[in-house]
Amino acid sequence: MSTDRVRVVVTGLGATTPLGGDVASTWSALLDGRSGVRPLTEDWVDSVPVKFAGRVAVEPGEVIPRPEARRLDRAEQFALIASRQAWQDAGAPEVEPTRLGVVVGSGIGGITTILDAYDTFKEKGWTRLSPFTVPMLMPNGAAGWIGIDIGAKGGVHATVSACATGAEAIGYGIDMIRSGRVDVVVAGGAEAAVHPLNIGSFAAMRAMSTRNDEPQRASRPFDKGRDGFVLGEGAGIVVLESEEHARARGAKVYAVAAGVGYSSDAHHIAQPEPSGLGVQLAMRRVLADAGLSGADIKHVNAHATSTPAGDVVETIAIKEAIGAHPIVTATKSMTGHLLGGAGGIESIFTILALNERIVPATINVDDLDDGIEVDIARTEPRKLPDGQIAAVNNSFGFGGHNVAVAFTTV
Amino acid sequence: MAVTEQEILAGLGKIINEITGIPASDVTPEKSFVDDLDIDSLSMVEIAVAAQDEFGAEIPDDQLKHLKTVKDVINFIQA
Repeated sequence: MSTDRVRVVVTGLGATTPLGGDVASTWSALLDGRSGVRPLTEDWVDSVPVKFAGRVAVEPGEVIPRPEARRLDRAEQFALIASRQAWQDAGAPEVEPTRLGVVVGSGIGGITTILDAYDTFKEKGWTRLSPFTVPMLMPNGAAGWIGIDIGAKGGVHATVSACATGAEAIGYGIDMIRSGRVDVVVAGGAEAAVHPLNIGSFAAMRAMSTRNDEPQRASRPFDKGRDGFVLGEGAGIVVLESEEHARARGAKVYAVAAGVGYSSDAHHIAQPEPSGLGVQLAMRRVLADAGLSGADIKHVNAHATSTPAGDVVETIAIKEAIGAHPIVTATKSMTGHLLGGAGGIESIFTILALNERIVPATINVDDLDDGIEVDIARTEPRKLPDGQIAAVNNSFGFGGHNVAVAFTTV
Repeated sequence: MAVTEQEILAGLGKIINEITGIPASDVTPEKSFVDDLDIDSLSMVEIAVAAQDEFGAEIPDDQLKHLKTVKDVINFIQA
């Protein structure tokens, strides 16, 4: 392992997901194998072919006071809820403001704000638009608000790489600290895209499951009967910190954020590259960046979205780049797919799996698909071995973005 | 139908509370929106639009910037 550069550790976790309003309730639901997917009850549901989604378990209006909430897009609300939890979990550290940064992105940004504001504009004219419409719709809005919230003056950034956004944000945060620019970064992703236009558009790609008679069985990564992803919403945000800074203040450390690997497919704007070579490259690069060997990796939180095209290719890539030995799980089977939030919550799940040495099982794998030669955790949570171990979170996005983030035990 | 200063003050207090979370009881005539109540220019636009709905008095943008205190708004609405 590399010893001559800044080591980055994880000192705080925050999330709001379809399984719970915080990290503890979400993690407990994952270990219990519960699904956060529910039938949609909105009046527009008849206009779309998919009638279920993973709505957040706790409505943000129950957490954020109304005067604040009305100037925030729903995705920004999720991001602020998760970042405040993560910041408190880290002990609300005293950080020199110019040494504190934020990297929080969203795949789509303030899409519900855009659509609602356009309705207002058409019906009532421009004078009735909220003066906060622009900061609500811009995809960097969440990062900006979090920066104000914690007083981050070292740089506030927003990654945008579709479903790889949250993982890319964490990768960028690791690099910010390693570069010496800052000591602490709040990083992750958020998404609030449960809207008929999004569901209709993803359905037009034939990317979504239409298992309307069994919503909780619809997200089934690695299963032969999978028929598409299930839309989720929420946010997952971590506090990254240089090990020196964390040790100096006696912080609790969950894991080491050991490295990040990026690649891009240059193949198709929305379809996975069928050889999986791009995905492999991201995983090979994360091993190199973290100074780890494939044998060190005991667990992979797979991107596996439950679409027919992606899941098996990813498992083959894991076998090629890391090996057949890691315990692989797809937590999207329970949370649904949080798009830009996925890499945030799934990095948290990867960190907790290492920290507690247990991997949540993928649910709904009744009939493992052909060609899967890695060890899929299913039916019940799996124990991870003692000693110094590592794990990888994969996140891939439309546009051909491949991101792998590695964590190790402390 | 003329509204009294007290009625306008109560209405403004409610609007400002709804938009900014500041307690309505803090909204008193001598208070400056920027210096005392810490209300930014974007929120002032929201308050002006809501006041327009409530009291039927349109506040043009070139007038809004001259309305520094709660009393200024009350006087504008009464004028």
